[in-house]
Amino acid sequence: MLILLSQLVVGVADLAAAFLFLFGLKQMSSPATAPLGIRVAGIGMVAAVLASFLTLMTVDAAARPHMLVNIALAVVALGVGGGGAWVVGRRVAMTAMPQMVAIYNGMGGGAAGSIAAVELIGGHTQGATQLVVTLLGGLIGAVSLSGSVIAWAKLDGLIKQPWRIKGQQALNAGVMLTTLVVAGFIVAAVTGVGGVSLDMPTWIWIFFACALLFGILMTLPIGGADMPVVISVYNAFTGLAVGLEGFTLQNPALMIAGMVVGAAGLLLTVIMAKAMNRSIANVLFTNFGTPAKGKAGAIKGSERPTEASDAAIKMRYASRVIIVPGYGLAAAHAQQKLYEFVKLLLAAKVSVKFAIHPVAGRMPGQMDVLLAEAGVPYDMIFQLDDINDDFATTDVALVIGANDVVNPAARSDKSSPIFGMPILDADKAAQVYVVKRGQGKGYSGIINALFYSPNCNMVYGDAQAVLVKMIEAVRGLGAAAA
Amino acid sequence: MHLDITMTGFVALYILMLAGFAGWVIIGNVPAILHTPLMSGSNFVHGIVVVGGLFALFNAVTPQEQAIGFIAVLLGAGNAAGGYAVTDRMLAMFKTSDAKPARRHAQIHHLKKG
Repeated sequence: MLILLSQLVVGVADLAAAFLFLFGLKQMSSPATAPLGIRVAGIGMVAAVLASFLTLMTVDAAARPHMLVNIALAVVALGVGGGGAWVVGRRVAMTAMPQMVAIYNGMGGGAAGSIAAVELIGGHTQGATQLVVTLLGGLIGAVSLSGSVIAWAKLDGLIKQPWRIKGQQALNAGVMLTTLVVAGFIVAAVTGVGGVSLDMPTWIWIFFACALLFGILMTLPIGGADMPVVISVYNAFTGLAVGLEGFTLQNPALMIAGMVVGAAGLLLTVIMAKAMNRSIANVLFTNFGTPAKGKAGAIKGSERPTEASDAAIKMRYASRVIIVPGYGLAAAHAQQKLYEFVKLLLAAKVSVKFAIHPVAGRMPGQMDVLLAEAGVPYDMIFQLDDINDDFATTDVALVIGANDVVNPAARSDKSSPIFGMPILDADKAAQVYVVKRGQGKGYSGIINALFYSPNCNMVYGDAQAVLVKMIEAVRGLGAAAA
Repeated sequence: MHLDITMTGFVALYILMLAGFAGWVIIGNVPAILHTPLMSGSNFVHGIVVVGGLFALFNAVTPQEQAIGFIAVLLGAGNAAGGYAVTDRMLAMFKTSDAKPARRHAQIHHLKKG
Protein backbone atom coordinates (compact mmCIF):
# COMPACT_ATOMS: atom_id res chain seq x y z
CA MET A 1 0.00 0.00 0.00
CA LEU A 2 2.73 2.39 0.99
CA ILE A 3 4.65 1.49 -2.15
CA LEU A 4 1.59 2.13 -4.28
CA LEU A 5 1.09 5.50 -2.62
CA SER A 6 4.69 6.53 -3.19
CA GLN A 7 4.44 5.53 -6.84
CA LEU A 8 1.32 7.62 -7.13
CA VAL A 9 3.02 10.66 -5.59
CA VAL A 10 6.05 10.30 -7.87
CA GLY A 11 3.81 9.93 -10.91
CA VAL A 12 1.75 12.99 -10.03
CA ALA A 13 4.83 15.08 -9.21
CA ASP A 14 6.50 14.21 -12.52
CA LEU A 15 3.30 14.94 -14.42
CA ALA A 16 2.98 18.27 -12.64
CA ALA A 17 6.62 19.08 -13.39
CA ALA A 18 6.16 18.37 -17.10
CA PHE A 19 3.08 20.59 -17.18
CA LEU A 20 4.74 23.40 -15.23
CA PHE A 21 7.77 23.35 -17.54
CA LEU A 22 5.57 23.74 -20.60
CA PHE A 23 3.43 26.38 -18.93
CA GLY A 24 6.50 28.25 -17.66
CA LEU A 25 8.10 28.32 -21.09
CA LYS A 26 4.81 29.51 -22.55
CA GLN A 27 4.80 32.39 -20.06
CA MET A 28 8.20 33.39 -21.37
CA SER A 29 6.71 34.74 -24.57
CA SER A 30 6.34 38.18 -23.01
CA PRO A 31 8.75 40.11 -20.80
CA ALA A 32 5.82 40.95 -18.52
CA THR A 33 4.92 37.35 -17.66
CA ALA A 34 8.35 35.76 -18.08
CA PRO A 35 9.55 36.16 -14.45
CA LEU A 36 6.47 34.25 -13.32
CA GLY A 37 7.18 31.61 -15.95
CA ILE A 38 10.60 30.68 -14.63
CA ARG A 39 9.29 30.55 -11.03
CA VAL A 40 6.50 28.20 -12.09
CA ALA A 41 9.01 25.97 -13.83
CA GLY A 42 11.20 26.12 -10.73
CA ILE A 43 8.36 24.83 -8.56
CA GLY A 44 7.96 21.91 -10.95
CA MET A 45 11.65 21.12 -10.66
CA VAL A 46 11.66 21.15 -6.85
CA ALA A 47 8.57 18.94 -6.74
CA ALA A 48 10.09 16.40 -9.11
CA VAL A 49 13.39 16.27 -7.22
CA LEU A 50 11.72 15.85 -3.82
CA ALA A 51 9.32 13.21 -5.14
CA SER A 52 12.17 11.23 -6.65
CA PHE A 53 13.33 10.40 -3.11
CA LEU A 54 10.16 8.34 -2.81
CA THR A 55 11.47 5.99 -5.50
CA LEU A 56 13.79 4.74 -2.76
CA MET A 57 10.88 2.56 -1.65
CA THR A 58 11.01 0.61 -4.88
CA VAL A 59 14.75 0.30 -5.53
CA ASP A 60 16.24 -2.96 -6.79
CA ALA A 61 16.75 -5.54 -4.11
CA ALA A 62 20.48 -5.52 -4.87
CA ALA A 63 20.72 -1.81 -4.13
CA ARG A 64 18.83 -2.05 -0.84
CA PRO A 65 21.89 -2.60 1.40
CA HIS A 66 23.54 0.48 -0.10
CA MET A 67 20.55 2.72 0.46
CA LEU A 68 21.95 4.85 3.26
CA VAL A 69 25.21 5.46 1.41
CA ASN A 70 23.33 6.29 -1.77
CA ILE A 71 21.05 8.75 0.01
CA ALA A 72 24.04 10.43 1.60
CA LEU A 73 25.77 10.65 -1.76
CA ALA A 74 22.62 12.09 -3.35
CA VAL A 75 22.24 14.77 -0.68
CA VAL A 76 25.89 15.75 -0.95
CA ALA A 77 25.74 15.86 -4.76
CA LEU A 78 22.56 17.96 -4.71
CA GLY A 79 24.02 20.31 -2.14
CA VAL A 80 27.44 20.74 -3.72
CA GLY A 81 26.34 20.78 -7.36
CA GLY A 82 23.17 22.79 -6.87
CA GLY A 83 24.57 25.09 -4.21
CA GLY A 84 27.78 25.81 -6.09
CA ALA A 85 26.04 26.53 -9.37
CA TRP A 86 23.47 28.69 -7.58
CA VAL A 87 26.09 30.87 -5.90
CA VAL A 88 28.06 31.32 -9.13
CA GLY A 89 24.88 31.95 -11.14
CA ARG A 90 23.81 34.69 -8.72
CA ARG A 91 27.14 36.48 -8.87
CA VAL A 92 28.33 36.18 -12.44
CA ALA A 93 28.39 39.35 -14.57
CA MET A 94 25.77 39.69 -17.29
CA THR A 95 28.48 39.94 -19.93
CA ALA A 96 29.63 36.46 -18.88
CA MET A 97 26.18 34.97 -19.45
CA PRO A 98 27.01 33.08 -22.66
CA GLN A 99 29.78 31.07 -21.04
CA MET A 100 27.59 30.38 -17.99
CA VAL A 101 24.80 29.04 -20.19
CA ALA A 102 27.42 26.96 -22.00
CA ILE A 103 28.80 25.44 -18.81
CA TYR A 104 25.39 24.72 -17.23
CA ASN A 105 24.35 23.15 -20.49
CA GLY A 106 27.48 21.00 -20.53
CA MET A 107 26.64 19.84 -17.00
CA GLY A 108 23.22 18.67 -18.20
CA GLY A 109 24.84 16.80 -21.06
CA GLY A 110 27.33 15.25 -18.64
CA ALA A 111 24.51 14.16 -16.34
CA ALA A 112 22.68 12.51 -19.24
CA GLY A 113 25.90 10.81 -20.33
CA SER A 114 26.55 9.59 -16.76
CA ILE A 115 23.08 8.11 -16.52
CA ALA A 116 23.73 6.27 -19.76
CA ALA A 117 27.04 5.00 -18.33
CA VAL A 118 25.38 3.71 -15.15
CA GLU A 119 22.64 1.97 -17.10
CA LEU A 120 25.11 0.42 -19.53
CA ILE A 121 27.67 -0.71 -16.97
CA GLY A 122 24.99 -2.04 -14.65
CA GLY A 123 23.40 -3.87 -17.59
CA HIS A 124 19.99 -2.38 -16.76
CA THR A 125 18.88 -1.88 -20.35
CA GLN A 126 16.29 -4.30 -21.65
CA GLY A 127 16.22 -5.24 -25.28
CA ALA A 128 17.99 -3.88 -28.31
CA THR A 129 15.85 -0.73 -28.66
CA GLN A 130 16.56 0.47 -25.16
CA LEU A 131 20.24 -0.34 -25.55
CA VAL A 132 20.54 1.64 -28.76
CA VAL A 133 18.59 4.59 -27.35
CA THR A 134 20.76 4.60 -24.23
CA LEU A 135 23.95 4.57 -26.29
CA LEU A 136 22.65 7.33 -28.54
CA GLY A 137 21.65 9.48 -25.56
CA GLY A 138 25.03 8.82 -23.97
CA LEU A 139 26.84 9.77 -27.15
CA ILE A 140 24.93 13.04 -27.60
CA GLY A 141 25.24 13.90 -23.92
CA ALA A 142 28.98 13.28 -23.89
CA VAL A 143 29.53 15.35 -27.05
CA SER A 144 27.45 18.12 -25.48
CA LEU A 145 29.53 17.98 -22.29
CA SER A 146 33.00 18.20 -23.83
CA GLY A 147 31.82 20.56 -26.60
CA SER A 148 30.21 22.92 -24.11
CA VAL A 149 33.34 22.97 -21.98
CA ILE A 150 35.39 24.01 -25.03
CA ALA A 151 32.72 26.61 -25.93
CA TRP A 152 32.93 27.92 -22.35
CA ALA A 153 36.72 28.13 -22.52
CA LYS A 154 36.52 30.04 -25.80
CA LEU A 155 33.88 32.48 -24.58
CA ASP A 156 35.77 32.98 -21.35
CA GLY A 157 38.92 33.81 -23.28
CA LEU A 158 40.88 30.78 -22.05
CA ILE A 159 41.18 29.53 -25.63
CA LYS A 160 41.90 32.52 -27.82
CA GLN A 161 42.50 31.09 -31.27
CA PRO A 162 40.45 28.53 -33.18
CA TRP A 163 42.54 25.36 -33.48
CA ARG A 164 42.68 24.32 -37.09
CA ILE A 165 44.78 21.69 -38.77
CA LYS A 166 44.90 20.16 -42.20
CA GLY A 167 42.59 17.19 -42.60
CA GLN A 168 40.56 18.21 -39.58
CA GLN A 169 37.30 17.13 -41.20
CA ALA A 170 38.72 13.69 -41.91
CA LEU A 171 40.01 13.38 -38.34
CA ASN A 172 36.62 14.35 -36.88
CA ALA A 173 34.81 11.99 -39.20
CA GLY A 174 37.23 9.22 -38.23
CA VAL A 175 36.62 9.75 -34.50
CA MET A 176 32.86 9.80 -35.03
CA LEU A 177 33.03 6.64 -37.08
CA THR A 178 35.14 4.91 -34.42
CA THR A 179 32.58 5.89 -31.79
CA LEU A 180 29.75 4.44 -33.85
CA VAL A 181 31.69 1.23 -34.55
CA VAL A 182 32.43 0.79 -30.85
CA ALA A 183 28.72 1.38 -30.13
CA GLY A 184 27.86 -1.23 -32.75
CA PHE A 185 30.20 -3.75 -31.11
CA ILE A 186 28.63 -3.06 -27.71
CA VAL A 187 25.15 -3.68 -29.12
CA ALA A 188 26.33 -6.89 -30.80
CA ALA A 189 28.04 -8.12 -27.65
CA VAL A 190 25.11 -7.37 -25.33
CA THR A 191 22.44 -8.81 -27.61
CA GLY A 192 24.65 -11.78 -28.53
CA VAL A 193 24.57 -11.17 -32.26
CA GLY A 194 27.53 -12.49 -34.27
CA GLY A 195 29.18 -14.08 -31.26
CA VAL A 196 31.03 -10.90 -30.31
CA SER A 197 32.28 -10.89 -26.77
CA LEU A 198 33.87 -7.87 -25.20
CA ASP A 199 35.41 -6.91 -21.90
CA MET A 200 32.38 -4.83 -21.04
CA PRO A 201 33.12 -1.91 -18.79
CA THR A 202 36.33 -1.23 -20.72
CA TRP A 203 34.57 -0.92 -24.05
CA ILE A 204 31.90 1.28 -22.57
CA TRP A 205 34.65 3.57 -21.33
CA ILE A 206 36.26 3.56 -24.77
CA PHE A 207 32.88 4.50 -26.25
CA PHE A 208 32.52 7.49 -23.92
CA ALA A 209 36.14 8.54 -24.40
CA CYS A 210 35.62 8.63 -28.18
CA ALA A 211 32.39 10.62 -27.80
CA LEU A 212 34.06 13.15 -25.50
CA LEU A 213 37.01 13.46 -27.86
CA PHE A 214 34.65 14.11 -30.75
CA GLY A 215 32.95 16.95 -28.86
CA ILE A 216 36.33 18.57 -28.24
CA LEU A 217 37.57 18.16 -31.81
CA MET A 218 34.32 19.40 -33.27
CA THR A 219 34.25 22.61 -31.21
CA LEU A 220 37.93 23.60 -31.30
CA PRO A 221 38.01 24.89 -34.91
CA ILE A 222 34.82 26.96 -34.64
CA GLY A 223 35.46 30.71 -34.56
CA GLY A 224 34.39 33.00 -31.73
CA ALA A 225 31.78 34.79 -33.86
CA ASP A 226 29.92 31.52 -34.36
CA MET A 227 29.63 30.71 -30.65
CA PRO A 228 25.94 31.78 -30.41
CA VAL A 229 25.05 29.04 -32.86
CA VAL A 230 27.27 26.51 -31.12
CA ILE A 231 25.73 27.12 -27.69
CA SER A 232 22.31 26.79 -29.25
CA VAL A 233 23.24 23.50 -30.93
CA TYR A 234 24.60 22.02 -27.71
CA ASN A 235 21.50 23.18 -25.85
CA ALA A 236 19.44 21.17 -28.33
CA PHE A 237 21.87 18.23 -27.98
CA THR A 238 21.55 18.12 -24.21
CA GLY A 239 17.78 18.30 -24.48
CA LEU A 240 17.76 15.41 -26.90
CA ALA A 241 20.12 13.37 -24.72
CA VAL A 242 17.90 13.96 -21.68
CA GLY A 243 14.84 12.95 -23.69
CA LEU A 244 16.50 9.71 -24.80
CA GLU A 245 17.72 8.85 -21.30
CA GLY A 246 14.15 9.54 -20.16
CA PHE A 247 13.09 6.68 -22.40
CA THR A 248 15.81 4.44 -20.93
CA LEU A 249 14.63 5.20 -17.41
CA GLN A 250 10.97 5.02 -18.49
CA ASN A 251 10.40 8.51 -17.12
CA PRO A 252 8.00 10.60 -19.25
CA ALA A 253 8.85 13.84 -17.45
CA LEU A 254 12.43 13.57 -18.67
CA MET A 255 11.27 12.64 -22.14
CA ILE A 256 8.93 15.61 -22.41
CA ALA A 257 11.29 18.18 -20.87
CA GLY A 258 14.18 16.90 -22.95
CA MET A 259 12.33 16.92 -26.24
CA VAL A 260 10.81 20.35 -25.62
CA VAL A 261 14.29 21.74 -25.07
CA GLY A 262 15.65 19.78 -28.01
CA ALA A 263 13.06 21.32 -30.33
CA ALA A 264 13.53 24.77 -28.78
CA GLY A 265 17.27 24.58 -29.23
CA LEU A 266 16.86 23.48 -32.83
CA LEU A 267 14.52 26.38 -33.55
CA LEU A 268 16.87 28.91 -31.97
CA THR A 269 19.76 27.43 -33.94
CA VAL A 270 17.82 27.86 -37.17
CA ILE A 271 16.97 31.47 -36.29
CA MET A 272 20.61 32.22 -35.48
CA ALA A 273 21.95 30.62 -38.62
CA LYS A 274 19.41 32.52 -40.69
CA ALA A 275 20.45 35.79 -39.09
CA MET A 276 23.98 35.10 -40.29
CA ASN A 277 22.78 33.85 -43.67
CA ARG A 278 24.55 30.54 -43.22
CA SER A 279 23.42 26.98 -42.89
CA ILE A 280 23.91 25.15 -39.62
CA ALA A 281 26.22 22.69 -41.35
CA ASN A 282 28.25 25.62 -42.64
CA VAL A 283 28.75 26.94 -39.09
CA LEU A 284 29.69 23.58 -37.64
CA PHE A 285 31.80 22.11 -40.39
CA THR A 286 33.54 24.96 -42.16
CA ASN A 287 36.11 27.33 -40.79
CA PHE A 288 34.54 30.74 -40.92
CA GLY A 289 36.35 33.82 -39.69
CA THR A 290 39.53 33.32 -41.66
CA PRO A 291 40.13 36.87 -42.90
CA ALA A 292 39.39 37.34 -46.58
CA LYS A 293 42.52 38.19 -48.53
CA GLY A 294 43.11 40.40 -51.55
CA LYS A 295 39.92 42.45 -51.29
CA ALA A 296 41.36 45.07 -49.00
CA GLY A 297 41.87 47.78 -51.61
CA ALA A 298 38.37 47.54 -53.04
CA ILE A 299 36.90 50.44 -51.09
CA LYS A 300 37.70 54.01 -52.06
CA GLY A 301 37.81 57.02 -49.80
CA SER A 302 38.90 57.34 -46.21
CA GLU A 303 37.47 57.25 -42.71
CA ARG A 304 36.59 60.71 -41.44
CA PRO A 305 37.04 61.21 -37.72
CA THR A 306 34.99 63.66 -35.69
CA GLU A 307 34.84 64.81 -32.07
CA ALA A 308 32.55 63.08 -29.57
CA SER A 309 31.14 66.44 -28.49
CA ASP A 310 30.20 67.44 -32.04
CA ALA A 311 28.40 64.14 -32.54
CA ALA A 312 26.59 64.56 -29.22
CA ILE A 313 25.35 68.04 -30.04
CA LYS A 314 24.19 66.91 -33.47
CA MET A 315 22.13 64.20 -31.76
CA ARG A 316 20.79 66.64 -29.17
CA TYR A 317 19.27 68.76 -31.93
CA ALA A 318 18.08 65.84 -34.04
CA SER A 319 14.48 64.71 -33.81
CA ARG A 320 15.05 60.99 -34.39
CA VAL A 321 18.04 58.94 -33.27
CA ILE A 322 18.57 55.20 -33.56
CA ILE A 323 21.33 53.55 -31.57
CA VAL A 324 22.94 50.34 -32.81
CA PRO A 325 24.80 48.73 -29.92
CA GLY A 326 27.17 45.81 -30.38
CA TYR A 327 29.30 43.61 -28.20
CA GLY A 328 32.01 46.29 -28.12
CA LEU A 329 29.69 48.38 -25.95
CA ALA A 330 29.44 45.60 -23.40
CA ALA A 331 33.16 44.91 -23.60
CA ALA A 332 33.77 48.55 -22.60
CA HIS A 333 31.16 48.29 -19.79
CA ALA A 334 29.51 51.37 -21.24
CA GLN A 335 25.81 50.38 -21.23
CA GLN A 336 25.06 52.51 -18.16
CA LYS A 337 26.77 55.55 -19.64
CA LEU A 338 24.92 55.03 -22.90
CA TYR A 339 21.56 55.00 -21.15
CA GLU A 340 22.56 58.12 -19.18
CA PHE A 341 23.25 59.84 -22.50
CA VAL A 342 19.97 58.54 -23.96
CA LYS A 343 18.07 59.93 -20.98
CA LEU A 344 19.52 63.38 -21.71
CA LEU A 345 18.37 63.06 -25.33
CA LEU A 346 14.90 61.96 -24.22
CA ALA A 347 14.71 64.94 -21.88
CA ALA A 348 15.46 67.12 -24.90
CA LYS A 349 12.46 65.54 -26.68
CA VAL A 350 14.57 63.52 -29.09
CA SER A 351 12.97 60.22 -30.10
CA VAL A 352 15.49 57.47 -29.35
CA LYS A 353 15.27 53.81 -30.30
CA PHE A 354 17.69 50.94 -29.91
CA ALA A 355 18.14 48.62 -32.89
CA ILE A 356 19.32 45.13 -32.09
CA HIS A 357 20.71 42.69 -34.60
CA PRO A 358 19.81 39.03 -33.91
CA VAL A 359 23.46 38.11 -33.45
CA ALA A 360 24.53 41.18 -31.49
CA GLY A 361 26.53 39.96 -28.54
CA ARG A 362 27.87 36.49 -27.98
CA MET A 363 24.54 34.69 -27.82
CA PRO A 364 21.08 35.38 -29.23
CA GLY A 365 19.41 38.22 -27.36
CA GLN A 366 22.39 39.00 -25.13
CA MET A 367 22.40 42.67 -26.13
CA ASP A 368 18.78 42.96 -24.99
CA VAL A 369 19.72 41.58 -21.59
CA LEU A 370 22.71 43.91 -21.27
CA LEU A 371 20.57 46.94 -22.10
CA ALA A 372 17.88 45.76 -19.68
CA GLU A 373 20.55 45.48 -17.00
CA ALA A 374 21.50 49.11 -17.62
CA GLY A 375 17.85 50.04 -17.06
CA VAL A 376 16.77 50.62 -20.67
CA PRO A 377 13.01 49.95 -20.87
CA TYR A 378 12.34 47.12 -23.30
CA ASP A 379 9.78 49.09 -25.30
CA MET A 380 12.67 51.24 -26.57
CA ILE A 381 14.43 48.15 -27.89
CA PHE A 382 13.56 47.07 -31.44
CA GLN A 383 14.59 44.02 -33.43
CA LEU A 384 15.92 44.07 -36.97
CA ASP A 385 12.67 43.46 -38.86
CA ASP A 386 10.74 46.00 -36.82
CA ILE A 387 13.14 48.88 -37.19
CA ASN A 388 15.01 48.52 -40.46
CA ASP A 389 12.56 50.68 -42.42
CA ASP A 390 12.94 53.48 -39.89
CA PHE A 391 16.59 54.22 -40.67
CA ALA A 392 15.70 56.05 -43.89
CA THR A 393 13.69 58.63 -41.92
CA THR A 394 16.17 58.91 -39.09
CA ASP A 395 18.44 61.90 -38.55
CA VAL A 396 21.28 60.17 -36.75
CA ALA A 397 22.29 56.55 -36.38
CA LEU A 398 24.80 55.99 -33.60
CA VAL A 399 26.73 52.74 -33.97
CA ILE A 400 28.58 51.72 -30.81
CA GLY A 401 30.77 48.66 -30.72
CA ALA A 402 29.00 47.02 -33.65
CA ASN A 403 30.64 46.40 -36.99
CA ASP A 404 29.68 43.54 -39.29
CA VAL A 405 25.97 43.87 -38.53
CA VAL A 406 25.90 47.33 -40.16
CA ASN A 407 28.22 46.54 -43.07
CA PRO A 408 26.36 47.44 -46.29
CA ALA A 409 28.67 45.08 -48.19
CA ALA A 410 26.33 42.35 -46.99
CA ARG A 411 23.67 43.85 -49.28
CA SER A 412 25.76 44.79 -52.30
CA ASP A 413 29.19 43.14 -52.48
CA LYS A 414 28.90 39.57 -53.74
CA SER A 415 32.57 38.91 -52.99
CA SER A 416 32.15 39.75 -49.30
CA PRO A 417 32.16 36.76 -46.92
CA ILE A 418 29.08 38.17 -45.23
CA PHE A 419 27.15 38.81 -48.47
CA GLY A 420 23.46 38.03 -47.96
CA MET A 421 23.52 38.35 -44.18
CA PRO A 422 20.60 40.50 -42.98
CA ILE A 423 22.02 43.76 -41.64
CA LEU A 424 20.75 46.84 -39.89
CA ASP A 425 20.51 49.58 -42.53
CA ALA A 426 22.26 52.20 -40.42
CA ASP A 427 23.88 53.60 -43.57
CA LYS A 428 20.46 54.86 -44.72
CA ALA A 429 20.24 57.38 -41.89
CA ALA A 430 21.00 61.00 -42.80
CA GLN A 431 24.07 60.97 -40.57
CA VAL A 432 25.93 58.01 -39.08
CA TYR A 433 28.38 58.12 -36.18
CA VAL A 434 30.47 55.09 -35.46
CA VAL A 435 32.11 54.84 -32.06
CA LYS A 436 35.11 52.58 -32.38
CA ARG A 437 38.31 51.98 -30.47
CA GLY A 438 40.49 52.74 -33.45
CA GLN A 439 40.99 52.15 -37.10
CA GLY A 440 41.05 48.54 -38.11
CA LYS A 441 38.85 45.62 -38.75
CA GLY A 442 36.18 44.06 -36.58
CA TYR A 443 35.82 40.68 -35.00
CA SER A 444 35.45 38.88 -38.31
CA GLY A 445 38.27 40.76 -40.00
CA ILE A 446 36.07 42.14 -42.77
CA ILE A 447 36.43 45.75 -43.97
CA ASN A 448 33.30 47.79 -43.35
CA ALA A 449 32.16 49.86 -46.33
CA LEU A 450 29.96 51.97 -44.05
CA PHE A 451 33.01 53.63 -42.47
CA TYR A 452 33.99 55.06 -45.85
CA SER A 453 30.52 56.27 -46.78
CA PRO A 454 30.07 60.08 -47.17
CA ASN A 455 27.36 60.32 -44.49
CA CYS A 456 29.49 58.55 -41.89
CA ASN A 457 31.87 59.97 -39.32
CA MET A 458 34.07 58.02 -36.96
CA VAL A 459 34.38 58.82 -33.27
CA TYR A 460 37.54 57.07 -32.14
CA GLY A 461 37.99 56.07 -28.55
CA ASP A 462 36.89 53.73 -25.82
CA ALA A 463 33.07 53.60 -25.76
CA GLN A 464 32.93 54.57 -22.09
CA ALA A 465 35.24 57.58 -22.51
CA VAL A 466 33.41 58.73 -25.65
CA LEU A 467 30.05 58.57 -23.90
CA VAL A 468 31.36 60.55 -20.94
CA LYS A 469 32.40 63.27 -23.38
CA MET A 470 29.01 63.11 -25.10
CA ILE A 471 27.18 63.46 -21.81
CA GLU A 472 29.33 66.45 -20.85
CA ALA A 473 28.73 68.08 -24.23
CA VAL A 474 24.94 67.81 -23.96
CA ARG A 475 24.94 68.89 -20.30
CA GLY A 476 27.18 71.78 -21.33
CA LEU A 477 24.33 73.19 -23.37
CA GLY A 478 22.77 73.96 -20.02
CA ALA A 479 19.16 74.90 -19.48
CA ALA A 480 18.39 74.68 -23.16
CA ALA A 481 18.90 70.95 -22.98
CA ALA A 482 16.62 70.37 -20.06
CA MET B 1 -3.60 -2.13 -9.71
CA HIS B 2 -0.13 -1.04 -10.58
CA LEU B 3 1.22 2.41 -11.29
CA ASP B 4 4.43 1.47 -13.00
CA ILE B 5 4.86 3.40 -16.20
CA THR B 6 6.01 1.39 -19.15
CA MET B 7 6.47 3.03 -22.48
CA THR B 8 7.58 1.00 -25.40
CA GLY B 9 8.00 1.57 -29.09
CA PHE B 10 5.35 3.77 -30.55
CA VAL B 11 3.99 5.14 -27.28
CA ALA B 12 7.42 6.55 -26.54
CA LEU B 13 7.70 7.94 -30.06
CA TYR B 14 4.33 9.63 -29.74
CA ILE B 15 5.38 11.27 -26.49
CA LEU B 16 8.67 12.45 -28.00
CA MET B 17 6.94 13.71 -31.14
CA LEU B 18 4.24 15.66 -29.28
CA ALA B 19 6.74 17.13 -26.84
CA GLY B 20 9.04 18.20 -29.65
CA PHE B 21 6.16 19.81 -31.47
CA ALA B 22 5.01 21.60 -28.32
CA GLY B 23 8.52 22.93 -27.79
CA TRP B 24 8.76 24.20 -31.35
CA VAL B 25 5.40 25.99 -31.18
CA ILE B 26 5.91 27.48 -27.72
CA ILE B 27 9.40 28.74 -28.46
CA GLY B 28 8.37 30.06 -31.86
CA ASN B 29 6.21 32.63 -30.07
CA VAL B 30 8.98 34.03 -27.94
CA PRO B 31 10.18 37.45 -29.15
CA ALA B 32 13.86 37.88 -30.04
CA ILE B 33 14.35 40.25 -27.10
CA LEU B 34 13.92 37.28 -24.75
CA HIS B 35 16.13 34.81 -26.59
CA THR B 36 18.93 34.78 -24.03
CA PRO B 37 16.65 34.19 -21.02
CA LEU B 38 14.77 31.67 -23.12
CA MET B 39 17.93 29.77 -23.88
CA SER B 40 19.01 29.72 -20.26
CA GLY B 41 15.41 28.91 -19.27
CA SER B 42 15.23 25.90 -21.55
CA ASN B 43 18.71 25.06 -20.29
CA PHE B 44 17.18 25.02 -16.80
CA VAL B 45 14.32 22.79 -17.96
CA HIS B 46 16.64 20.02 -19.11
CA GLY B 47 18.10 20.17 -15.61
CA ILE B 48 15.26 17.71 -14.84
CA VAL B 49 17.95 15.19 -15.79
CA VAL B 50 18.89 15.40 -12.10
CA VAL B 51 15.83 13.26 -11.38
CA GLY B 52 17.20 10.60 -13.70
CA GLY B 53 20.55 10.92 -11.96
CA LEU B 54 18.91 10.38 -8.57
CA PHE B 55 17.16 7.28 -9.90
CA ALA B 56 20.45 5.89 -11.20
CA LEU B 57 22.26 6.67 -7.94
CA PHE B 58 19.54 5.13 -5.74
CA ASN B 59 19.76 1.92 -7.72
CA ALA B 60 23.57 1.84 -7.76
CA VAL B 61 25.19 -1.29 -6.35
CA THR B 62 28.91 -1.19 -7.08
CA PRO B 63 31.22 1.66 -6.05
CA GLN B 64 31.71 2.39 -9.76
CA GLU B 65 27.97 2.86 -10.27
CA GLN B 66 27.78 4.95 -7.14
CA ALA B 67 30.60 7.18 -8.36
CA ILE B 68 29.04 7.75 -11.78
CA GLY B 69 25.59 8.22 -10.24
CA PHE B 70 27.08 10.78 -7.87
CA ILE B 71 28.54 12.66 -10.84
CA ALA B 72 25.19 12.49 -12.65
CA VAL B 73 23.37 14.06 -9.69
CA LEU B 74 26.15 16.60 -9.12
CA LEU B 75 26.10 17.80 -12.73
CA GLY B 76 22.33 17.63 -13.06
CA ALA B 77 21.82 19.66 -9.88
CA GLY B 78 24.34 22.21 -11.14
CA ASN B 79 22.47 22.44 -14.43
CA ALA B 80 19.12 22.97 -12.73
CA ALA B 81 20.19 25.37 -9.99
CA GLY B 82 22.55 27.41 -12.16
CA GLY B 83 20.07 27.62 -15.02
CA TYR B 84 17.37 28.84 -12.67
CA ALA B 85 19.59 31.39 -10.95
CA VAL B 86 20.77 33.12 -14.13
CA THR B 87 17.37 33.03 -15.85
CA ASP B 88 15.57 34.49 -12.86
CA ARG B 89 18.18 37.24 -12.58
CA MET B 90 17.93 38.17 -16.24
CA LEU B 91 14.15 38.22 -16.37
CA ALA B 92 13.94 40.47 -13.31
CA MET B 93 15.80 43.16 -15.26
CA PHE B 94 13.30 43.64 -18.07
CA LYS B 95 11.28 46.78 -17.31
CA THR B 96 9.00 49.07 -19.29
CA SER B 97 9.18 52.87 -19.33
CA ASP B 98 6.10 53.03 -17.18
CA ALA B 99 5.28 50.37 -14.67
CA LYS B 100 2.46 48.79 -16.66
CA PRO B 101 2.96 45.69 -18.82
CA ALA B 102 4.37 46.21 -22.28
CA ARG B 103 2.22 47.76 -24.96
CA ARG B 104 4.63 49.04 -27.53
CA HIS B 105 2.51 51.80 -29.11
CA ALA B 106 1.33 53.24 -25.86
CA GLN B 107 4.92 53.23 -24.66
CA ILE B 108 6.31 55.18 -27.55
CA HIS B 109 3.60 57.77 -27.19
CA HIS B 110 4.57 58.04 -23.57
CA LEU B 111 8.23 58.48 -24.47
CA LYS B 112 7.55 61.26 -26.92
CA LYS B 113 5.51 63.11 -24.35
CA GLY B 114 8.49 63.05 -22.31
